Amino acid sequence: MFDSLSSKLTGAFASLRSRGKITSSDIDSTCSEIRAALLESDVALSVVEPFIETIRTKSLAALPTLQSGTNQAQAIFEIVNTELVEILGGAARRIRFAKNPPTVIMLAGLQGAGKTTLAGKLAKFYADQGNTPLLVASDLQRPNAVNQLQVVGESVGVPVFAPEPGNGVGNPVKVAEQSLAYAKTKLYNMVIVDTAGRLGVDAELMQQAIDIRTAIKPDEILFVVDAMIGQDAVKTAKAFEDGVGFDGVVLTKLDGDARGGAALSIAKLTGKPIMFSSNGEKLSDFDIFYPERMASRILGMGDVATLAEQAKKAFDGDASAKLEEKFARGDDFTLEDFLEQLEAMSKMGSMSKLLGMLPGAGAMKKQIENFDESEIVRTKSIVQSMTPLERQDPKVLNGSRRARIALGAGRKVQDVNTLVDKFTAAQKMMRQMRKGGGMPPAMAQGMGIPAGMGGQQFGGQKGLPPAKKKSKSGNPAKRAAEERG
Amino acid sequence: MGIFSKFVSKLKGQSTADPLDWQELESELLGADLGPTLTSQIIQSAKLIKGDDALASLTQILNSHLSTKARELANNEAVTAVMVVGVNGTGKTTSVAKLAAHLKSSGNSVVLAAADTFRAAAVDQLQTWGNRIGVEVISGKDGAEPASVAFDAATRVKDLQTDYLLIDTAGRLHNKNDLMAELEKVKRVVEKSLAVSEVLLVIDATTGQNGIAQAKIFTEAVKVTGLIVTKLDGTARGGVALAIESALDIPIKFIGTGESDRDFAEFEPKAYLSGLISD
Repeated sequence: MFDSLSSKLTGAFASLRSRGKITSSDIDSTCSEIRAALLESDVALSVVEPFIETIRTKSLAALPTLQSGTNQAQAIFEIVNTELVEILGGAARRIRFAKNPPTVIMLAGLQGAGKTTLAGKLAKFYADQGNTPLLVASDLQRPNAVNQLQVVGESVGVPVFAPEPGNGVGNPVKVAEQSLAYAKTKLYNMVIVDTAGRLGVDAELMQQAIDIRTAIKPDEILFVVDAMIGQDAVKTAKAFEDGVGFDGVVLTKLDGDARGGAALSIAKLTGKPIMFSSNGEKLSDFDIFYPERMASRILGMGDVATLAEQAKKAFDGDASAKLEEKFARGDDFTLEDFLEQLEAMSKMGSMSKLLGMLPGAGAMKKQIENFDESEIVRTKSIVQSMTPLERQDPKVLNGSRRARIALGAGRKVQDVNTLVDKFTAAQKMMRQMRKGGGMPPAMAQGMGIPAGMGGQQFGGQKGLPPAKKKSKSGNPAKRAAEERG
Repeated sequence: MGIFSKFVSKLKGQSTADPLDWQELESELLGADLGPTLTSQIIQSAKLIKGDDALASLTQILNSHLSTKARELANNEAVTAVMVVGVNGTGKTTSVAKLAAHLKSSGNSVVLAAADTFRAAAVDQLQTWGNRIGVEVISGKDGAEPASVAFDAATRVKDLQTDYLLIDTAGRLHNKNDLMAELEKVKRVVEKSLAVSEVLLVIDATTGQNGIAQAKIFTEAVKVTGLIVTKLDGTARGGVALAIESALDIPIKFIGTGESDRDFAEFEPKAYLSGLISD
């Protein structure tokens, strides 16, 4: 009952796949399963009904044309996937930069959608790309929203324009207006205006949002919406569209287990693109929204493209080039290199989140959720308690050194022994497969890392999907073709 | 517009409704976030209704899905400790403040503990509320261990002989095991000094079916004793709270209907149901 949309749909298709030949009554029952799954996931009824009708019609039309022997379930699966991608927006769109800077972005949404946190994430995202954003505290309503924005701004290293203390004091329209002049004189090329949360039905506050819009003429108004929102998504989105209006949608809290529903409804009913998604408490847990990826996530096919991209970000080019060079020279893989890899991995975010992006992850959901994140920290702490010499050459590790390391890392000597034993075995294997082949699963697992994770730098032939797949297609048939090709 | 009003008038004087009317009822119930499970249960029972007493029967059906547990807040001889928990952005801090004002206005002494040490400026936010409604706020340093803040507060109020201690906690998504473990720890540690009599889960009325998963997992972790449904002043009808009552037998205790500290009330099932059915 509490399964996510993706696992529900996976179930619906699994039962379809097990049939030899699909009849029209199979399609009917699959459609009603999909309908229930979509409703359980809070897709608005007004979106679900036509969606199911389209799927039914297209599937029935496709049925007679399918040769027996071809994978009929696959064909229907594709119909659903294509439909999903179409609703989710087809192509992702970026922020339109103003011809004359600053580019002005205004955030709007219900209370608690996550606007203030998102303002920080957006600022970091664009600052990392070389822009100079300015955050503007125009939420003068909620107690200490101004403070919160200042703290967020400080932690991402982006200045905050906050001339008013908030808590009901000050005029948000004036603050927004002044911020533009300030940004122009100080040459910030981007202004991100955080506004107070408001209800769609609150005419007074909606008017205030309209006044802010009129005063600053934003290049983009982003409607920030909580991915957990229910059937009200439609009414709220409509109210904001008719009120202040918006150009794009940002989905927040996608790291929860409620995914998909609101995105589908809002995209379908407003026709506005979903531009970004926010999926964690860290200020770097933020990305552009990819409709194809979202569709494959909803369909339980994992999110390999996102994973590959995060890996690229985390393993910086220089470090991996250095490591490859070292390998080519025939130098040994040392604990020092191992530590570097562990650090790169922690940069990528929580392990359970990473694992969750793998195809088929739905099936091992429980294990992933229970992955002990601190295992990496513990392993790191042991290596970090070693001297440079010990890291280069673990052979010097005698009893007293091991005791010292255990004490330093706050672990038992056995833990140090286990790590060293496993590392030695892995090093041996690494020598054997120096040219080609990823990190063997046995070694990776032994060290508390999912198999293949280390494969990235070693041209990983045997690694798991993140290492080998470059495909970005959410379409299973296309992806299969890409893999074959 | 009540969910059933149109439906009831159509049903009057007939023994059964049209298939089209059933569809309409289904979409009304789904649209209010009652969810497919509760909706189909209600419709199944509703189909057995005979025309004449439709209104009474529908009230009866809805009533049967409500929890029978007490809706009043526990009131101990000693200090009553109340933890307020929930996912991010549902309005926990605001609800803590409103509940404090509510308790204070009925003559209780209240102390607040700012155990949301994670979100930027959450402690300040509660402090601002505390000043506004005139109750003491106990807080630690920014980034302090939430369990230690809560424990300090619990120890302090025991000496002060306060009637209520309300503990604000950081918002956390229920699928994050480490954060749920942290919440369990807060409760465990407080209970070394004071029994926690109430754990109130704050549910945003705009939340969809995910609310059920939230209630289930928060209950597994800290045994939720009641719900506060917030943001009912919007267009959302908060039907997921009914689904939670029905599926997990957790009563709605309070509702939040606005940004002022007075926009808060005890949940009255009769008024709520008659609102659903008859206006």
